[in-house]
Amino acid sequence: MSLSLDSKIPAGPLEKKWERHKFESKLINPANRRKFEVIVVGTGLAGASAAATLGELGYKVTAFCFQDSPRRAHSIAAQGGINAAKNYQNDGDSVHRLFYDTIKGGDFRAREANVHRLAEVSVSIIDHCVALGVPFAREYGGLLDNRSFGGAQVSRTFYARGQTGQQLLLGAYSALNRQIAAGSVTMHSRTEMMDVVLVDGHAKGIVTRNLTTGEIKTWAADCVIMATGGYGNVFYLSTNAKGSNVTATYRAHRRGAAFANPCYTQIHPTCIPVAGDHQSKLTLMSESLRNDGRVWVPKNKGDARPSHQIPDAERDYFLERKYPSFGNLAPRDISSRSAKEVCDEGRGVGPGGLGVYLDFADSIKRLGEDKIRERYGNLFEMYHQITGENAYQMPMRIFPAVHYTMGGLWVDYNLMSNIPGLFVLGEANFSDHGANRLGASALMQGLADGYFVIPYTIGNYLAPEVGKRPTTDHPAFKQTEAEVRAQIQRFLSIKGKRSVESFHRELGLLMWDHCGMARSEKSLTRALNRIPALRQEFWENANVPGENESLNVSLEKAGRVADFLEFGELMCFDALKRNESCGGHFREEYQTPDGEALRNDDSYAHVAAWEYKGEGNAPVRHIEPLIYENVKLATRSYK
Amino acid sequence: MNLKLKVWRQKNSTAQGRLVDYEARNIPEDCSFLEMLDLVNEDLLARGEEPIAFDHDCREGICGMCSLTINGVPHGPSETTTCQLYMRKFKDGQTIYIEPFRAHAFPLLRDLTVNRSAFDRIQQAGGFISAHVGAAPDGNAILVPKTEADHAMEAAACIGCGACAAACPNASAMLFVGAKVTHLGSLPQGQPERERRVLSMVQQMDKEGFGNCSNYLECEAVCPAEIPATVIGQLNRDYASALIKDSV
Repeated sequence: MSLSLDSKIPAGPLEKKWERHKFESKLINPANRRKFEVIVVGTGLAGASAAATLGELGYKVTAFCFQDSPRRAHSIAAQGGINAAKNYQNDGDSVHRLFYDTIKGGDFRAREANVHRLAEVSVSIIDHCVALGVPFAREYGGLLDNRSFGGAQVSRTFYARGQTGQQLLLGAYSALNRQIAAGSVTMHSRTEMMDVVLVDGHAKGIVTRNLTTGEIKTWAADCVIMATGGYGNVFYLSTNAKGSNVTATYRAHRRGAAFANPCYTQIHPTCIPVAGDHQSKLTLMSESLRNDGRVWVPKNKGDARPSHQIPDAERDYFLERKYPSFGNLAPRDISSRSAKEVCDEGRGVGPGGLGVYLDFADSIKRLGEDKIRERYGNLFEMYHQITGENAYQMPMRIFPAVHYTMGGLWVDYNLMSNIPGLFVLGEANFSDHGANRLGASALMQGLADGYFVIPYTIGNYLAPEVGKRPTTDHPAFKQTEAEVRAQIQRFLSIKGKRSVESFHRELGLLMWDHCGMARSEKSLTRALNRIPALRQEFWENANVPGENESLNVSLEKAGRVADFLEFGELMCFDALKRNESCGGHFREEYQTPDGEALRNDDSYAHVAAWEYKGEGNAPVRHIEPLIYENVKLATRSYK
Repeated sequence: MNLKLKVWRQKNSTAQGRLVDYEARNIPEDCSFLEMLDLVNEDLLARGEEPIAFDHDCREGICGMCSLTINGVPHGPSETTTCQLYMRKFKDGQTIYIEPFRAHAFPLLRDLTVNRSAFDRIQQAGGFISAHVGAAPDGNAILVPKTEADHAMEAAACIGCGACAAACPNASAMLFVGAKVTHLGSLPQGQPERERRVLSMVQQMDKEGFGNCSNYLECEAVCPAEIPATVIGQLNRDYASALIKDSV
């Protein structure tokens, strides 16, 4: 089967595409919907909203998550907010401006049609979340409040304290709960997807492992939706939850789903710096802090004085200096790289010189400590617990950390992968953020996909599939289940000496050093040499104790790390073959004289979608050209 | 620092459990409590033993998955969650008891991991507003005064960890249920289903085997999200008023 990348973007003017597509999409009448069974894997913002909405429409939904409850998904940790083109602030926002900011923010590497749809539905998301009881911040008169975020010059971000992701996820969780109670959704927590089952080339089911009992089970459906999040944990240290993994999407990739732009990884500028070798994860400090905090380092290399002893004249507010019009609110990729630059120059602060200051002194002077506490109190508290430092009295120390992954499984305009019947939503797909995601846009995309896109587009696949659902007696199910069991046995029979965790740490460091904030042909080639050796050692010497038939954390971890050990290689291939710098992908060979990313639109204005060719074989790169009919490709400037 | 640990080990829900002694050596004080357990687990693996199973995920205090009772207190001396507890809170040489969140309605799965799906079932009973996608009016069409929005947010901040029930001598879940009832009951959108919601949620709470509140207020003391015990008062008021309306 040759890999086909038909984006199915509707014809017509940009503003009319989605409306037209909704009209032209196939409808399924209410009586027929209950004949269709839909599997949803992952119940974060995208998965929970999709499961709830499809259940509401009358489809028979079975949903799965590996956490102990759908309310735990890592969407919950998003702090700052959600964008929407409401223009409630009368500051010049519009659907077109949100569309343009997102395309530009993504460094002109996203599909116009998808991004415009995202901007269009953004306004409905806010309305729906309000109706669900999400307690967004309000003004005294009762109207919704907004704040500013990086990469935009308008205030379009809606928020609920520093816990917007939590409140939006709990909203989607409540909608999901309503459907569970109504019997339209069946929920299986602590259940991990092990593989997707293809029948005649269509995704018609999955194989799962019950994480409490070890039971392996097959599930048949008319289609499969994966909303399983991003792959940031390939770096080991990231702001992702410990359980976040690439397994679902990577195993679908092994079955034929194209993986698009895996090298686009977002490094978030404002995280708490690493404290030591024991560190298990990195903690984000919301981008919203950059509304009131000023980023600086000492002007002089090796200046070891405490921050308060460094006079203003000897400080370099490098974002304000380099990007006067956006200042401290420059987009994430640019802010992160600038922080790396000053640290590379030896001007970093804190242990190891891997940190920059985020200073609130001016804002506290201007607004008072109470106002700052009201806006960011929980973040200051968290910072205090982790570092033992009081950021009201001294500047925070921050450093960039892996946060989000723009790449993901390739999907068409219907959010269907190149495997018919396999839909991919939220961070798990690649479609809307190009090479860099703007702040407060991940929540927007997850909910857009789940509440407002998939309910319309799923019919295009399902309508002609009525009555074609196989049962789990089909040989494809037996075969896939046997392969899953064999892999589990393989882990348990290695009986090596080295912990799975230590392999993950080593891979993560390798990826960070060679395929992190900056990459080069040299570093990537080195990584591509070392990863297969590490993988081989894993299969010879990993220590996976216990048995399958119990709650076995080592076994869970082994499956996820084994996939990261293959996936890391794919990322490096993608980074190596993209001979340009764009957004979160910065190749040292391709930069302007003043150190900015140098795109190559003639050769690389396309999506790279990779086809799996078997373990140990080089994957094959396919291309979907990106056609810009409405925006002019421009050098992205925030100066 | 070096610590003596007494950790609850139990193979599965039916096996006999017991406290097992471990030593945690050379632990940096910048290490989080869960990272200390990671280090102990690496030691156990190196000795050919199975690691201690414990729930955790975001490790930034928001997902509500981590759930350890440390020296008898859910989330121990942390100001918020177990995952936000750092070893600088302990003294070199100290003995630390580590147990799961215990409540009749939280059956143990393995070691320090318990099943809190009772909380999900309580939410399914009524912890929602029935608004289907596509039907919502403009977000600004529903005015919510800032004070009410803030009040709703304060209650909505509950992370569903279960520390309240684990700390309560009656294993009561009324702080958890009160938080949701207060969150949705404080908003105009939540009014149409207010009575139905509180009756269903309380009924499910009782069915799951959680006890009643008798004002120990241990729940409020351990709550990582600082949910105030006043939500229990709100729950009782709403429940009483709904019962009366329901009976006439």
